[in-house]
Amino acid sequence: MSTASISLSKEPLVRFILRRADDALVLGHRLSEWCGHAPLLEEEMALANIALDHLGQARALYTYAAEVEAAGLDEDAYAYRRDPVDYLNVLLVERPNGDFAHTIVRLWLYSAFMSLWWQAMTGSKDAQLSAIAARAVKEVAYHLRHAANWLVRLGDGTAQSHQRTQMALDQLWPYAGEMFTSQPDEEDLIATGIAIDPETLRQAWLTRIMNEAAQALLKMPTAPFSQQGGRSGNHSEAMGHLLAELQFMQRTYPGAQW
Amino acid sequence: MYTQGLTPETETPVRAIGDEAAMARFQARIDAEQRIEPNDAMPAAYRRTLLRQISQHAHSEIVGMLPEGNWITRAPSLRRKVALLAKVQDECGHGLYLYAAAETLDATREQLYDDLLAGKARYSSIFNYPTPTWADIGAIGWLVDGAAIMNQIPLCRCSYGPYARAMIRVCKEESFHQRQGFEIMMTLARGTDAQKRMAQDALNRWWWPCLMMFGPPDTQSQHSDTSTLWKIKRFSNDELRQKFVDATVPQAHHLGLSLPDPKLHFDEISGHWRYGDIDWEEFRQVLAGHGPCNQERMAARRKAHDDGAWVREAALAHAEKHKARAA
Ligand SMILES: [Fe+2]
Ligand SMILES: [Fe+2]
Repeated sequence: MSTASISLSKEPLVRFILRRADDALVLGHRLSEWCGHAPLLEEEMALANIALDHLGQARALYTYAAEVEAAGLDEDAYAYRRDPVDYLNVLLVERPNGDFAHTIVRLWLYSAFMSLWWQAMTGSKDAQLSAIAARAVKEVAYHLRHAANWLVRLGDGTAQSHQRTQMALDQLWPYAGEMFTSQPDEEDLIATGIAIDPETLRQAWLTRIMNEAAQALLKMPTAPFSQQGGRSGNHSEAMGHLLAELQFMQRTYPGAQW
Repeated sequence: MYTQGLTPETETPVRAIGDEAAMARFQARIDAEQRIEPNDAMPAAYRRTLLRQISQHAHSEIVGMLPEGNWITRAPSLRRKVALLAKVQDECGHGLYLYAAAETLDATREQLYDDLLAGKARYSSIFNYPTPTWADIGAIGWLVDGAAIMNQIPLCRCSYGPYARAMIRVCKEESFHQRQGFEIMMTLARGTDAQKRMAQDALNRWWWPCLMMFGPPDTQSQHSDTSTLWKIKRFSNDELRQKFVDATVPQAHHLGLSLPDPKLHFDEISGHWRYGDIDWEEFRQVLAGHGPCNQERMAARRKAHDDGAWVREAALAHAEKHKARAA
């Protein structure tokens, strides 16, 4: 028992699972930061629900990764005892919450992608992943509906809410492209139908985003998808602070059971 | 308790409200254990007493999210993180049911909440204490939710229907929280030296404030009389406090933890655990706004409210536009 970090498996399937588990953990963690501070009580309930769904997805995926890796690790070893460069989430989900518009736009961009991704993954040749996907598909439908409803309310609401939402979209847009990247070690998984190529979801995602942005009276950003790196462990400054909080107990009290 | 009821009683005596015959009919219904529902005739003082109690209770649930919310991002395992977030969400849900119950008494949630933010309404003193360590999450679940249950189980039989029904729903969740908190303490008490020390330290800090949750001693309690007559309150503060002590002391011993009260002893004759003197001056200070976290708690709720103002305005503006377009 130690505080030592675990080393990241080289096994492509483990890495594939961890990428998605990390997305879910980090976004769930970010959303949980709202607890007690949301703009209205109903939204306390909703943001907590959505955070809980993501944490639940992360746990299911980590547990499966542990089974595949078969190195005696568990969900907490993955979640709490990796070095920052070994977390593989996209940069989008680690963006700080910002104001409520930022939180909603981030959730919307991500959920619009994940609803397509989980839907496609229900057809995975890997029975465990397809079972996790079958459950997640229902959850993400609610996340997307919730985010899109707020997007329209905020975009159409007042001059201030419109401006904040447009700014959030402009600032988060460069991060959205990373969701469509796949890693070299995923090629075989894609070829065998265990994983899917996220690039194939781009057009459906973009159509949906453009449609909902129009309903929210928002202008589509023209900036390129310039911000990438999380999938290969190159994180933002914000990630270090997030991990400092997340890992605090596990790192401070090595080997303790909680 | 969550409604420590120290707001001075300013109502006129019962008999001055309504005519004598109507009062007698109302009291007869109460005495026959009939539930009073929102549309039933009720004395103005009954309505005011309930509104004060239910709204204080609702505010306590909402402010009570903060001390535990403090640990969500640092919870030590995924299982604990999920359980804690779900628990704090439950407390928010309790606040919502209680505001809904209060709204049956001709109040609006906005107005009640504004009173809280303006410092005009009370919430339980217990939430003005800090949560510096993870063990505080165990101690709150075990002791604070435990004390809440002691108070709220009798409230499930409260004469006012909407409040009683809200309490039935709330109590189920509170007992789950209490077991979860005890289980956290048990894990710590059986853990490393650092964990044991953390557990004992948390118990030392929470014990006395939890005893204060039941409100002032019966000799000083200002308005239990009408509440008892109207079957809003079925046990006195001291009776509930004693029940809590009797239930909790053996649990602390089971955990192998000691209670920070040198005078605590078991009285064979009465079968009760007798406790030492409660520092009522501390209680008064906390209620007067001078507890360790009063300022932070209110500042956090006000900041959330102020920062969220543009969001609520946007939702309203959109709803208006949407209605206008549909028309
Ligand atoms: Fe509660
Ligand atoms: Fe509770």
